[in-house]
Amino acid sequence: MKKKDIILIGTILLIALISYLVIHFRSNNTGNIVIVSVSGEIYGKYPLNENRIIDVNENKGYNRIVINDGKVYMEEADCPDKYCVSQGKISKTGEIIVCLPHKLSVEIKNQSEATDEIDAVAK
Amino acid sequence: MSKRIANIGLMTALAMIFSYVEAMLPINFGIPGVKIGIANLVVVSGVYILNIKDVWMISMIRIFLMGLLFGNGVSLIYSLSGGVLSLLVMMLLKKSGIFSIKGVSVAGAVSHNIGQLIAASVVIGNLSIFYYFPVLLIAGVVMGIIIGMLSGRILTGVKPEMNN
Repeated sequence: MKKKDIILIGTILLIALISYLVIHFRSNNTGNIVIVSVSGEIYGKYPLNENRIIDVNENKGYNRIVINDGKVYMEEADCPDKYCVSQGKISKTGEIIVCLPHKLSVEIKNQSEATDEIDAVAK
Repeated sequence: MSKRIANIGLMTALAMIFSYVEAMLPINFGIPGVKIGIANLVVVSGVYILNIKDVWMISMIRIFLMGLLFGNGVSLIYSLSGGVLSLLVMMLLKKSGIFSIKGVSVAGAVSHNIGQLIAASVVIGNLSIFYYFPVLLIAGVVMGIIIGMLSGRILTGVKPEMNN
């Protein structure tokens, strides 16, 4: 391995570390609202502290999202890769589960942050 | 000419088999877009031993055929954007001569992940997916080093044969 290879790898790892810190300092608090979007459009918003099961049948696909004990996870999906199911449970602001084949995302936000966005759209 | 076509066909078939084998492996990192990318062995070593036009052919044919056989329209968008950006970056870096095959492979793997992430954020219409940016960079570095080392080994064996 050349010295320049090591510099390249070091630079990439440094960028990864910095972006990790930026993302996690912004999002280390527990969120309170779950936003499900399909193809970039909001499908529904649900409080994180109420247990529920959300069945989404869009884009010719099926996803079952479960909110339980302040955590969200994808219980089932009929997408080919099942990455969304294996992404596990999320509970913090900024965390996101995506199901790429179904163009679906489940993200956690903070109520105040979420209302800010609604206001921005309303203007 | 016919030797060239045979080579392209052979390498495309090899890349497709690697993709297929990887899909069979019960490895799931739990993060969308993180995979070993065994098929990149063909592309990375191809950048060093083949005409660059042929490498583009191999890479594009593999992506389209795998998309047709096993994917859906959406998965094709991700693999195509990753594949194009990755090969473009590797081609330019190899030409520049700054890095060894490991550096080129790492840059290719990382840019593949970035290309897919950009495509995914456009398709799902949500920039929050950049939450995965740091882990995709690290995964790209790790897989890039592995593929780069293996490709280096392949070159030492294959290059003398190619010249015959």
